[in-house]
Amino acid sequence: MSHPNLVALATITRREVTRILRIWAQTLVPPAITMTLYFLIFGNLIGSRIGDMGGYTYMDFIVPGLVMMAVIQNSYGNISSSFFGAKFGRHIEEMLVSPMPNWVILGGYVAGAVLRGLMVGVIVLGIAMLFTRVRVPHPFITLATVLLGATIFSLAGFINAVFAKKFDDVAIVPTFILTPLTYLGGVFYSVDLLPQWASTMTHANPIFYMVNAFRFGLLNDSDVSMTLAFGLMLGFVVAFSAFGLWLLKRGIGLRS
Amino acid sequence: MTTVPALEIRELRKVYATGVEALKGVSLSVQPGDFFALLGPNGAGKSTLIGIVSSLVNASSGAVKVFGIDIGTQREAAMRLLGLVPQEVNFNFFEKPFDILCNYAGFYGVARTEARRRAEEELRRAQLWEKAFTTARTLSGGMKRRLMIARAMMTKPRLLILDEPTAGVDIEIRRGMWRILREVNAAGTTVILTTHYLEEAESMCRNLAIIDRGEIIENGPMKTLLSKLDVEGFLLDIDGELPAELPHIEGIALHAEDRHTLDLEMPRAMHLNQIFARLDEAGIRVRSMRTKTNRLEELFVRLTGSKEAA
Ligand SMILES: Nc1ncnc2c1ncn2[C@@H]1O[C@H](COP(=O)(O)OP(=O)(O)OP(=O)(O)O)[C@@H](O)[C@H]1O
Ligand SMILES: [Mg+2]
Repeated sequence: MSHPNLVALATITRREVTRILRIWAQTLVPPAITMTLYFLIFGNLIGSRIGDMGGYTYMDFIVPGLVMMAVIQNSYGNISSSFFGAKFGRHIEEMLVSPMPNWVILGGYVAGAVLRGLMVGVIVLGIAMLFTRVRVPHPFITLATVLLGATIFSLAGFINAVFAKKFDDVAIVPTFILTPLTYLGGVFYSVDLLPQWASTMTHANPIFYMVNAFRFGLLNDSDVSMTLAFGLMLGFVVAFSAFGLWLLKRGIGLRS
Repeated sequence: MTTVPALEIRELRKVYATGVEALKGVSLSVQPGDFFALLGPNGAGKSTLIGIVSSLVNASSGAVKVFGIDIGTQREAAMRLLGLVPQEVNFNFFEKPFDILCNYAGFYGVARTEARRRAEEELRRAQLWEKAFTTARTLSGGMKRRLMIARAMMTKPRLLILDEPTAGVDIEIRRGMWRILREVNAAGTTVILTTHYLEEAESMCRNLAIIDRGEIIENGPMKTLLSKLDVEGFLLDIDGELPAELPHIEGIALHAEDRHTLDLEMPRAMHLNQIFARLDEAGIRVRSMRTKTNRLEELFVRLTGSKEAA
């Protein structure tokens, strides 16, 4: 922990985590409430009338998707609001004038956002385990999926924040892109139920692979192969990281 | 001498995306240990220049070296030597001063325990220790400015650049800030500051540059520049009212500031006796007299005023 870049990386990460804990009512409580409602309504009230889905009770079936959805939304939201807030409040300049290399800035913010995703994931999965009999048969795959999924959507949130010029801009992308992708990514249904064309389209949705990798981790069952799912997720991490670093290097939206 | 300049700027140009040409080929050199003033009217390009040096603004062309290190090719090494106090407050209002300072040092790689030690030291020096653990948003304007100086000192910069550090700060606090800056400079840090309080520059800075509309129009030692001034101005308080017709005195400019005050501008070479004699003849009795402007202000207005509206 003595290299200046590692100290800097730890500083940003610590600052992000401090922020998450300081505003816990905005960061950690809402996903817990949303999840509880989802379980009560979709799982209990409506789910009991739906019957089995892919061989599981509906409630069990939706757990992986709901947890993954919370992880994705919170990682994305953490970095987009924190990084855009730093731009808006100008304290981003503290980092831009410092000797930190770009990968440290990106790495620190992503680490903070991934930790938020992880915290939320643990909370939400904990709630799910109260309501269902879902356990974690593949802890390694479960954790790896959470980390990769959170990383991908942190990076996406970062890119969103770099281009954002006003707070609306960090709200619009989640509403028009992230939420539809999540809902159409097989969180609430098995793709087997879809007509051929819709199923094909779902296979172009990155969230579909995360949800399925996660479903494998929790339910030992998936619509896709794990090799494909992890290969794709790693591909997204590489592509989004490269793009994020390029944006920082060019100073787009950051240096005039 | 072959000392490497603390700051060397060559042919720096900046054209913003809006098409504004903020810097039109600026060259400047500041020696190590100097206390340097960068002066200029609003919109002259001071903050742009400082922005480029601190890597917040991308130059359109030209080169900047900090202690011989090119910021274009070795940004990280150059930034390690630099401390910046920006014109606009730019810390996170929701954090506490102590955390702001520790985190800032962390960005520069200063380990946490050392950062905490320095944060206390700097907050005490800036007389902000009582506010160390309150939300930064609740600090007064002057406290916020002092906090930014304390923050910049956290990394022990060799070159400290301050963009209007004393704007909107009362005279007592301003004096406190000057004391700190003198102390910092005496300890070996090169200081560059911009200010609109010219007496501040005159009393503290050894060298200066005046920038106007993106160009350096004067640059050199404060003393040399001030000695160039060949005109002095006074305000005379008159007993009774001034006559409608003022006497004409060869070589000097007289005009009524109001009915009891006379504005006088005269060449240094001229004697006041001559002028008083002529005023006496005209029945104008001078009760008291004061220097019209601070000398640097005079120079500044002379150099930039003809072009400036305000
Ligand atoms: N981000 C920007 N985009 C476009 N134009 C800019 C930007 N920043 C500054 N300018 C323009 O560049 C010119 C120089 O501005 P700058 O802020 O460098 O002046 P300054 O000398 O610091 O003035 P002041 O004393 O008011 O702080 C001005 O015409 C200003 O409008
Ligand atoms: Mg300025």
